[in-house]
Amino acid sequence: MLRRVVVTGMGLVTPLGSGTREKPWQQPWEALISGASGARRIDDKFDVSDLACQIGAPVPREGEGAFNPDDFVPPKEQRRVEDFIIYGMAAAEMALADSGLPLDTDEQQERTGVLVGSGIGGLEGIAETTQLLNEKGPRRVSPFFIPACLINLASGQISIKYGLKGPNHSVVTACATGVHAIGDAARLIALGDADAMVAGGAEAAICRIGYAGFLACKALTTSFNDNPTAASRPYDKDRDGFLMGEGAGVVILEEYEQAKARGAQIYGEVIGYGLSGDAYHITAPAEDGNGGYRAMEAAMKRAGVSPSEIGYVNAHGTSTPLGDEAELRAVERLFGDAAQGLVMSSTKSSVGHLLGAAGAIEAIYSLLAMKHGVAPATLNLDNPSVETPINLAPKTPVEKTIDCVLSNSFGFGGTNASIIMRKV
Amino acid sequence: MSDDIQARVQKITVEHLDVDASKVEPKASFIDDLGADSLDIVELVMAFEEEFDIEIPDDAAETIQTVGDAINFIKERQS
Repeated sequence: MLRRVVVTGMGLVTPLGSGTREKPWQQPWEALISGASGARRIDDKFDVSDLACQIGAPVPREGEGAFNPDDFVPPKEQRRVEDFIIYGMAAAEMALADSGLPLDTDEQQERTGVLVGSGIGGLEGIAETTQLLNEKGPRRVSPFFIPACLINLASGQISIKYGLKGPNHSVVTACATGVHAIGDAARLIALGDADAMVAGGAEAAICRIGYAGFLACKALTTSFNDNPTAASRPYDKDRDGFLMGEGAGVVILEEYEQAKARGAQIYGEVIGYGLSGDAYHITAPAEDGNGGYRAMEAAMKRAGVSPSEIGYVNAHGTSTPLGDEAELRAVERLFGDAAQGLVMSSTKSSVGHLLGAAGAIEAIYSLLAMKHGVAPATLNLDNPSVETPINLAPKTPVEKTIDCVLSNSFGFGGTNASIIMRKV
Repeated sequence: MSDDIQARVQKITVEHLDVDASKVEPKASFIDDLGADSLDIVELVMAFEEEFDIEIPDDAAETIQTVGDAINFIKERQS
């Protein structure tokens, strides 16, 4: 007998701003719904003069929603972790505060686990330390280098900070990481391995080696260096690659009866989760969207819902030429008649692609869409590259009652994950 | 000269361990009094090597347990 799993807390660190302990998602959500874009030139980050892509969506360090790492991780500790871990720790702290999850007793701590993943972890730290090794030799390599960069150290640091002694796990499935983390964590609770899980994804790959690498595989946008906010344009005929974002999304998953008994706020229930592999290509999606189709189909089967019950789809929609249409066609095939009027949007048009954090922040956006009865827009969708019966929410959010949401994330290597959540 | 070494050791220790300068006295143990762990010690030793342009072999590093140990070791190497 599987136990029911609900979301009782959420925390966001995004290119449109960061939440706080008191208001863990409000400002980033309002910025998203207002139609803001997190895209800008990144000349201040590193030398971009010889890079074909000179724009990105970094987490703001000043202005509204500014992220201050000192609010979450003491300065001394910051030197010992890469930025993706700082983002993950911050989002976890917000989500825990939001949830009010009790962690006072040994048993509560032992029944609470962590599953926060990342797509590529401490990429910048690895690049910098390699340079140091080559220039100054092995004796200059910090003892904190490995634990600062390891992907599962986001989960490790969070568990150490809060004494969470349940399952300590991590996911690395490129851009599907966030959904896999939440889905797998929900299963740990459903199967009884834990009563609560801190789950999500964190990423900070806006660095020179990250750009050089993704540019080499022709994944990044290159035509909008002078007009950054127009660069991420899923489904539009002028799209030419993804805009890189960074940040973290973390949720608190909790066994339903426990959450209900303590009177916790419940954002939604995780009712379906599906996984699949393309078995096709290392970076390109199968053009017919077959892998995504099977992931969504498996999630629906698990959820026991029909397509017509799903009120909003948060698409993977990265703004790459091949991927967007493959996913769109897969949704059309799977939804059949229910595709007519279905609202599906890509919030990557606002915040870019957060890689391993994308699935987690998009699951949170999906829950907030359900809570507020509004589906975020797909910005920059001026001229759709193909016709579709689906409402892609071009440029303007769509207000509607949403009781059930589906969120997709697909990654390099042909890994696909879909998650379905419903109002309780 | 030795005062200078003491001041520099103190400064590096404060920076790396995020402790109050007043606690960084010669008899203070890095682990017991200043809250360092084994990785902190490795990092501290690296910082001393860089600051004073000396090499501290691993077996010698293991004997450095207090701030005074570090100051004395560096003094010997520099004299």
